[in-house]
Formats: sequence, structure tokens, C-alpha cells
Amino acid sequence: MKTISLTIDGKRISANEGEKLLWVALGNGIYIPNLCGLQDNSQPPAACRLCFVEVEGKEKPVTACTETVTDGMVIDTRGGKALRLARTAFELLMSSQQVDCAHCAKNGSCELQQIAHHLNIKLKSNRFRRILRELPIDDSSSVFTYDPNKCVLCGRCVWVCRERLGIGAIGFAYRGFQRVVTTFAGEAFADSKCQECGECVRVCPCGALVFKNDKTEEEQT
Amino acid sequence: MKVAELSAITSAFQEIKNRAELRWQTLYDSGKPVIMVGTATCGRAAGALEVLKAIRDELKRQNLDFPVIEVGCLGHCYAEPLVIISKPEYPPICYGRVNPVIAERLVKEFVIGDNPCLEFVLGALEENDLVPSFSDFPRAKYEKKVILKNCGQIDPKEIDHYIAKGGYSSLVKALHIPPEQIIEELKRSGLRGRGGAGFPTGRKWEVCCRAVGEPKYVICNGDEGDPGAFMDRVVLESDPHSIIEGMIIAGYTVGARYGYIYVRAEYPLAVEHVQIALRQARRLNLLGKNILGSDFSFDIRLFQGSGAFVCGEETALIASLEGKPGIPYYRPPYPAVKGLYGKPTLFNNVKTFAYVRHIINDGAECFASIGDERSKGTAVFALAGKVVNTGLAEVPMGTTLRQVIFDVGSGIPGGKHFKAVQIGGPSGGCLPESALDLPIDFDSLSDAGAMMGSGGMVVLDEDDCMVEIARYFLEFTQSESCGKCTFCRLGTKQMLEILNDITQGRGRIDDIDMLSQLAEDVIAGSLCGLGKTAPNPVLTTLRYFRDEYEAHIKEGRCPALMCRDLIAYYIIPEKCERSCDACVGTCTVEAITTNKKRIKVIDQEKCVKCGTCLDACPPQYNAVIKLSPPSEVPS
Ligand SMILES: Cc1cc2nc3c(=O)[nH]c(=O)nc-3n(C[C@H](O)[C@H](O)[C@H](O)COP(=O)(O)O)c2cc1C
Ligand code: FES
Repeated sequence: MKTISLTIDGKRISANEGEKLLWVALGNGIYIPNLCGLQDNSQPPAACRLCFVEVEGKEKPVTACTETVTDGMVIDTRGGKALRLARTAFELLMSSQQVDCAHCAKNGSCELQQIAHHLNIKLKSNRFRRILRELPIDDSSSVFTYDPNKCVLCGRCVWVCRERLGIGAIGFAYRGFQRVVTTFAGEAFADSKCQECGECVRVCPCGALVFKNDKTEEEQT
Repeated sequence: MKVAELSAITSAFQEIKNRAELRWQTLYDSGKPVIMVGTATCGRAAGALEVLKAIRDELKRQNLDFPVIEVGCLGHCYAEPLVIISKPEYPPICYGRVNPVIAERLVKEFVIGDNPCLEFVLGALEENDLVPSFSDFPRAKYEKKVILKNCGQIDPKEIDHYIAKGGYSSLVKALHIPPEQIIEELKRSGLRGRGGAGFPTGRKWEVCCRAVGEPKYVICNGDEGDPGAFMDRVVLESDPHSIIEGMIIAGYTVGARYGYIYVRAEYPLAVEHVQIALRQARRLNLLGKNILGSDFSFDIRLFQGSGAFVCGEETALIASLEGKPGIPYYRPPYPAVKGLYGKPTLFNNVKTFAYVRHIINDGAECFASIGDERSKGTAVFALAGKVVNTGLAEVPMGTTLRQVIFDVGSGIPGGKHFKAVQIGGPSGGCLPESALDLPIDFDSLSDAGAMMGSGGMVVLDEDDCMVEIARYFLEFTQSESCGKCTFCRLGTKQMLEILNDITQGRGRIDDIDMLSQLAEDVIAGSLCGLGKTAPNPVLTTLRYFRDEYEAHIKEGRCPALMCRDLIAYYIIPEKCERSCDACVGTCTVEAITTNKKRIKVIDQEKCVKCGTCLDACPPQYNAVIKLSPPSEVPS
């Protein structure tokens, strides 16, 4: 494979031809907010719209998870236009997200906290109207709890379950604002094809899927 | 192809054509009157099937076996049902707004007798000395029929009619030309896709032709999910072979083996006509293995889609054809390189394919001579809303909006004032009076913030609130969003909430800025074309009608008196005719009472603002009016 060189935020980096920019940056310690990509998924869903960066010579920001690196490419991950889009996308996500860090098992390891910090915005941003969906929590699995109210619909769990493991216990249902990750026909996890391997929980960036033995700070005390 | 093969193709087709022409000729040469009834969906909605039955019954009663032919849509949807009678010694005459009683009279008095019943005539199809012809209509000056030429003039279920009118000769001609030359011809014609974005068709065909991968596919996009648009339906129903011919030529050019026509299941008549057309084309070996004896094989299948708006997006359409949920995917790779089942796939709109045969037949120059500098050929519009002549219009690109709305469409009904035209459906924009002289072409429209879209044109008058119009379209796109990407799922939702607030009197002054910021971000950040264009109605109304937004927010006033929460109904005491009780009787919530002077008064607390009292008040009094803001009501 041919090696190429590119510049990200002024840092010279070498990469393999054909790689996607997001993974090259992350692999070199340069953080770009991202939720929906997985490195072994060759067809990035490009759904979360957080990984915008600016590429020299391109008028509009591009998503790093879909951008193939080329030799001599010059990238700015902190350009104004890109950050504006990433911030709006994140604030939109958070406007329909239940935020309750103190009672969440992912507190401290949550990628949403990391992104908020990186973009320098509050998790509970009040820029937009709060529009929440009140969906039932599924506690039926013996291994994990699924709270759709905390789900950002990144789809990592769906892809891992279906493509990496070939199980296909979960998928997306409904359209638009009603879109939700669910089991077939919305049955409880305990009654579904789920084999309780917990891989979905491991890739979940936030508190939507958490292991049952992961106690929150408050619960432990 | 080899010379021997080519001459075999030509003679095989000549035989088909001779037979078709003979059938068409005998129809008219028999000396019998020929009666045509427009039974496309628009005609049926107006009662064309009842008219058809009345005509057949009457002929039967009179023991006459005159041919009665079902044809498609002529474009004069405002005057449906339409009947065309061709009788020796008379020009073919088209009658409008026919009902079964009129139909029976037409048979008795004109088909059998000699009275052409001038009182029901809409127009003659040819110039003559007896009745005014369509070409004398003021709109004729602006119309130019290319792909609508056959519509309403032939039976779409008869391949012979299509062939007799010159159909499939372009295919034969194309088979004589190397693919590269066809691509050159398309490029020179300047044809751009009619599915919305206006991508140059020749370039797309070239990319697909050069792409490697077998088998290649050709897909015709007949999803047509825009509310108010029905151009593709009309072509599919009224002239399906024109699309099929274009697709076969495309298949030959790009080297495809299979084609799909994607039609929404809500178009049952289009589905039926396409299916019949495919069967007939296959029977004549215009489709299938070794077409007309050549070494080129190509077949087309019909696919019925769920009709979701987003399924019209090409990557979502592919997913839907593959049996997956119709959700868009990231591009590139573009379908022309990697599409259906990962193979090169040529995508065009119904109308785009319908133009192809004209370009091959008449030459690129002929097509390019229609239109303006940057956009070639004609544009087909579905005129709807507050316009006298609703229906289809085909005009050269570059015709102005004013000409289409006021000359072709005969302007606004009821003496009302034109306010705006929403062009391009939910992805398009609202253009004001000052834009009326813009030429209709891809670039002028997008410069003005709208887009050609698929060709819906909704005319709005003084009674239409522009904030409500923006809200209506956003509600549509928001509900049609697949929900995959953040901007489209949540950005349009936030925008809709803001618009709901404004139209319901809860708007805040910073909402206008928030709306335009969000609109910009949703456009720049969305994954597919749905999100990238959904804010257009909001942005254009903000640009051209900002004062209406401000009136809602700052004064709680809806200038068009449309937004229910911002208006009140009021009875002007001086105008109220005391002895009349019309309004009292219609009020469903008993909000209208009679005071001591016998004047009617609306109890604003009880009133649900349904507006029936306003309609009920006799026009000679016109005592009921709308006021905005509601505080305008004198206490
Ligand atoms: C949300 C959305 C809906 C669309 N709907 C249609 C449609 O109904 N018909 C259509 O031909 N193209 C539609 N398109 C455009 C197609 O993706 C594609 O560009 C087009 O079919 C290409 O054909 P053309 O080059 O002939 O225009 C839509 C695009 C988007 C983003
Ligand atoms: S990681 Fe690129 S869009 Fe989600």
C-alpha cells in the first residue's frame, strides 16, 4: 500500500492511501468529534454530522469519516465553518437528549461529555427548544439496560450486531423524529434474538446502553 | 453493429411500423367519426369514466360501432372531463367539462347529427373556419409541446398509436449510431435532468458508459413525491412508450442489460399503463433479447414504490429496490459508478428519458434551439393553487413566471392579487411579485433562492400567509425526513417548532435569526438532498416576506388573515341586516347571539374561528369580517 503524507492542524502526518481522514486523525492523536463511524465499517453512515473539518481548496466543510486522504492534503479541524456545523449538530442532538450525568453509569466515560468539552459548549445547551421523547426503558436483558431517551441514534450498536456479529437483533424503526433503535417489532430484549453478548453496550458512546453491573456513583454509595 | 445486422433491424422495424400506420389510418379512413375521451387520473377525478360510459351506451342504443378511444391528459385539467370528436369534414373538436348528459347530446347532435354543439366547445385541435382552435388561445403563444405532444392524442394502451406517431424510430436510428456519438449528441443538446437538480444528462451517461462493472442498470425515477406535482404521472399514464424508448436508448448507450421503472404505488393507472406498454414492447421485440434482431438485449421491469418522498432520492431509491429501507446513503460513489447491487446505474427522471427520443430524432440543434442561454428545451409545470387554468403546461425554458401564471394560467381567480409563487415543491422557494419577470431556467431560479425542482408551481394570492406556507412545506419535509442524519431529523424539527410558535402567536423576536441560522446549517450539514433543500421555503419567505414574520411576532398580527390564532371574526353592526339569521344558523358552537337591536354579535370566548359565518353571510351584506390581531375587535 502506498504511503502518503498530509497535514492536519499544521502537523505533518503519513497515512496509507485510501484511508478515511477521521481514522487517520484519531490514530495520530488529533481528536475530531464523531459518533456514528466505526473503523471496520467501510460504508460510513455519515449520520451524526459531527466530524466536519475544513480541507484546503474545498469551499465547504466535509465530514472526516467519508473523506479519503490524499497526498499533500491540508486539513484544519478547528476552522470556523466546520466548528459551527459541528456545534449546531451537537446542540441539536442534545436538545432532544435526556441529560442526567449524575445518575448515569457512563458519567466520566461518556463520549458526549468529551465532545461537549472539545467544542466548548454545555451539555445542557439552551440554544434550541427542548423537545424530548418519553420512551419506555427496556430493562429485560440480564446483562444490560437500554434507555432510548439517551440514544443519539449513531447506529454503532445496530451495525456491530448485524454486520460484525451477524446476529441482527436490533435495527432502526420509524422515520424522522420518531426514528429509534429497537428490536424486531419492538419486543423486549429478553424475548428477542439478542444473545446478550454485550458488544452493543461496548460500542455505545453514551448512556443508552449500559451494563447492569456498572453502577453509577450515587448507586454505589 | 454490422451492416447486415443494421439493415435487418431497419426492415424488421419497417414491418412493425407499416402495420401500425395501417391501423391508425383505417381508424380515420373508415369515414366513421372517432371519439376520444381523456381518462387519465385527472379526467377520472372529474367523472370521465361516467362520460365514457354515457357515450358507449348511447352509441349502442343507436346501434353504431364508431371507435371510442381512451386517451391520456391534454393538460387542460381545469376543464376535465374532455372529449375529442373527429368527424370527416370537421376539424377534431375538443369539448370541455363534459358530463353524461352533455355526452349523450354530443353523440346525438354531432356524432350522428350535424350540430357541433358550439356551446360546449373548448377548442379545435387544428386551425379552421368553424371553431376557435387551441392555437388561437393566448396561451398557445407561450406553449411548446415536446414531451406532452402525444399526451391526450393517442391511446396509451396501444403501442401502434405511438408507433404510428413516429414512436420507436429514434430507437432504430440510435442503434445505427455508436454510443459515444449518442453521448456527444446529448451533450450538444444541452439536456439537463428534470428530476430537480438539473445535472447535464450527456455527462451522466458518459460516466456510466465508461464505468466498469456488469451488468449495468438503467433506472427511471417516477417517485414524484412532491405535493402538488403530477407531471411525471401524466407522462407515465398518457405516453408510457416515450419513456420506455428513452430508456432502451439509454441502455444501448451505457451498455446496460436491465432497466427498472420506479413508480409510486399511489399511481395505479400509471402502473397499469406502464405494465401494458412493457408487455406490448416485448411482444414486438422492441424489448428483450436481441432487440429487433440486433445483438443488443435489454429488458425493463416495473417496480412499485411506497411513494415516500425521500425514496425519490437516488441512493434511497436504490436501497428500496434492493429490498432495504428507503434511506439515503452517502455519495460518492455516485450511482453512475456504483449503484444498484454495486453496479454502474444510470438514473434519470421520467421527463428526462422522454426527451431523449426527440433529441435523437430531430437532432441536438433542434432541441438546443428551444430555451435560453443556459437551459435548453422545455419545462413542464403543474400549475396549481390560486390560478384560473390549473393543469399542465409545457413552455420553452426562459419563459417568464409572469407569462406562465398570467398568460398560460390566465391569472388569479376572483379578482384577487397575486402574492407569490411557490416553485419546485417543498425543496423550492417562494418568489414574490418582483420576481415575476424572471426567466424560468435552472440558474435564474436558484439565484433567486428557489429551484426548478420537479416542476410544481403553486400560485398564492393575498389570502395566503407566507409564514404559514413556509410552515406547511417544512411540516411536509419534516414528516418525510428519514431521520438518519442529525440536521434533517432534528434541525427541521426545531425549525418547525419555531414556525408553529410564530403562526400561533408565541413567536419571539430572536426567532427570526434563529430560523435563518438553523436554515443555513441544515443546508450545509445535511447528508442528502432532502435536508439540503428543506429550508428553502423558509429562507425565501424570510428573504422576500420578512415583514410578515415581523407582523406575526411583534404585533401578533397575520397580514393575510390566515393564521387562526391571530385573527378574530367580527360582525360589523352597520352592515348586519337585522332580519337575517344566516350566520346564527350555521355557527356550530352557538357563539353568535342577537342583541336587543337585533344585530348579531360573536362571543369571542366561544368562537372557534371556523369561518362558516363568514361564508354564510349573504354577499349583499358582507357583514362578517376577519380582524388581526384579535384585539382589533371593538369592545
Ligand atoms: C428528497 C429527494 C427527493 C427526490 N425525488 C425525486 C423524484 O420524485 N423524482 C425524480 O426524478 N428525482 C427525484 N430526486 C432527484 C434524484 O435523486 C435524482 O437526482 C434524479 O432522479 C436524477 O435524474 P435527472 O438527472 O434526470 O434529474 C429527489 C431527490 C431528493 C434529494
Ligand atoms: S462520524 Fe462522520 S458523520 Fe458521524
